[in-house]
Amino acid sequence: MSAAPGGGGRFVAAWRRLIAVASKEVRQLARDRPTFGMIVGVPLMQITLFGFAINFDVRHLATAVFDEANSSMSREFVSQLEATQVLQVVSRPASSSEVDALLREGRVSVGVVIPADFERRLAGNTRSVAQILVDGSQPTLTGVAAALAEMPPLSRHGMGPFSGDQRLVPRRIEIRTLYNPEKRTAVQIVPALIGVILTMTMVVFTASAIVRERERGNLELLIATPLGRLELMVGKLLPYVVIGLIQVTLILIAGRLLFGVPVVGSIFDLYGAALMFIAATLGLGLFVSTLAQTQFQAFQFAFLTMLPSILLSGFMFPFEGMPKAAQWIAQVLPLTHFNVIIRGVMLRGAALPEVWPQLAKLAVFLTIMLTIAVLRFKKRLD
Amino acid sequence: MTGEAISARGLTRRFGAKVAVDHIDLDIPAGRIYGFLGPNGSGKSTTLRMLCGLLTPSEGHAEVFGLSVEKDAESIRRRLGYMPQKFSLWDDLTVEENLRFIGRMYGLGAELTPRIEEQLKTYWLESLRAQRAGSMSGGQRQRLALAAATLHAPELLLLDEPTSAVDPQSRRDFWERLFALAEDGATILVSTHYMDEAERCHGLAILADGKIVIEGSPRELMDRVGADVLEVEGAESTEAVSALRALPWVHGVTQLGVRLRVLADRGTSDPAAKLLDVLGKLGIRAKIEATHPSLEDVFVVATRGRNGGTEKAA
Repeated sequence: MSAAPGGGGRFVAAWRRLIAVASKEVRQLARDRPTFGMIVGVPLMQITLFGFAINFDVRHLATAVFDEANSSMSREFVSQLEATQVLQVVSRPASSSEVDALLREGRVSVGVVIPADFERRLAGNTRSVAQILVDGSQPTLTGVAAALAEMPPLSRHGMGPFSGDQRLVPRRIEIRTLYNPEKRTAVQIVPALIGVILTMTMVVFTASAIVRERERGNLELLIATPLGRLELMVGKLLPYVVIGLIQVTLILIAGRLLFGVPVVGSIFDLYGAALMFIAATLGLGLFVSTLAQTQFQAFQFAFLTMLPSILLSGFMFPFEGMPKAAQWIAQVLPLTHFNVIIRGVMLRGAALPEVWPQLAKLAVFLTIMLTIAVLRFKKRLD
Repeated sequence: MTGEAISARGLTRRFGAKVAVDHIDLDIPAGRIYGFLGPNGSGKSTTLRMLCGLLTPSEGHAEVFGLSVEKDAESIRRRLGYMPQKFSLWDDLTVEENLRFIGRMYGLGAELTPRIEEQLKTYWLESLRAQRAGSMSGGQRQRLALAAATLHAPELLLLDEPTSAVDPQSRRDFWERLFALAEDGATILVSTHYMDEAERCHGLAILADGKIVIEGSPRELMDRVGADVLEVEGAESTEAVSALRALPWVHGVTQLGVRLRVLADRGTSDPAAKLLDVLGKLGIRAKIEATHPSLEDVFVVATRGRNGGTEKAA
């Protein structure tokens, strides 16, 4: 037979088989119209859905203002609050207890109480200058207080944040609008979507690509040939690395054209980070493929990993606000770390060395997944 | 080619508590067509899978060309062609693409293209070269599967029920190809549940419940069968058949149109008279004639002995 005996020849032979597997996969993918459509369709659909339909921005909240000071400065403060478009003053009650009542009844979502000594407090440094009451029963509103704390008069005067009513707003909320001055959801969503879409497609594609061979009986023939298991696995995955990069490009272009989301950092860093994340996700898909016997099972397993990724990774809800247990689970998910990396690179212009702890975690994840997958994938039927 | 292509001692495979293959010994000479005949679940596929390294034996060992199927699976794979029971090439690839892919798995380089042309011609696939495997008939798929299994000119071919989804003409053509391959020096191990196919093999092993029940050339087996074959005419009623089956020295009764084929144990003296006697009591007047045993008779006798008298075979 033509198998070369030497070490180099052996490597070349393995490489040729790997490429043969990869090109077969591409050929089959190109003929599988629905799957091919998913590669392009999923990113475009998701970015449209999340970018346009889901809006985490909070605007025009019904607000009651009790301005006890009623000075030129306090009136300016209220008009500046309104100018942010976050608040819309709908009621001007005559006492702070009326503000409470309006909030309780749900007629307004935000109450603003400006004390009589507003100017004096503003000049001093210790006491909060005004009270903003936010209806904490609505989760998206808790961010409002933080957003309002960014108000120009206060920053200018070097003031601390407003003190929220402890009953309504249980804790102080972090201010995180530094790199998204207009507070547009799209700017946060597009980088995060790269990770979410890759998680959705990569795990499903790779898991089903390998399980399909098993399900249709091709694997029985394949493992009777000299094809090695590593050659088979890498050959199967290679096309999906390229597909992942195509998806990243699609999201970036759509994010730019539809929402004007910039890439502040280096494009090479961005693709480097994406490549690392794609590898980690493919590793997960590979692991799933060793668990599933049928494509249907593979989809279920993939879904099982997808939901926590979307919910816990900081894509939907701020990571810091989650309970400890959820944060621990999130540490295991590659998407959590990728979100940190990609936001850093895309929005803050961070270079890869600056996000190395996250990159290292992805590398560890990839190594563990690959090791388990290769150990579990026996080149035998039993 | 001389010597044994395959030899096995005490080869055993268990799946949980079930023993699929139970201490099988094999000595299959090179350059021959050797058949495994047995009902479904008799351990044919499991044995073939152990021989090509797809399954690890639970016990015992087997050698292919003197190489251990466990330790040297990779080197054996290059010299072996395997055709699984189920069509295992890719439905969404064309005939030519399937062959090209398999050829690349075996490391065929520049010689691949002429070799594919040769195979397309040999297996009458030239006009189908651009057709996807998924849209082909059972016979065409089987030709493609054999073309793929023999593409790298293996010294040993393992064929697992290769003709189960194929029309009679395709089966005949297929066997002609097998003989041509054997003539070129290949050793072929083929499993089947067709008697006519088993009869064409040089050597044959009948399997039942994971054991080799009987082994030899088809001619030897038919000569050695431990039963007289009697053809009974005029006694095809259900009553008569069950009366004959109930006799302790009768191995089996098969109805062939108006005749019954009765296998009587060799230990019984003058079975014809005894049969006439039994039928006479039922008021049946029959005609009895002794005839030559067929491979099916061998099969019935062999598997009946194993199963403790139950009519489990075939």
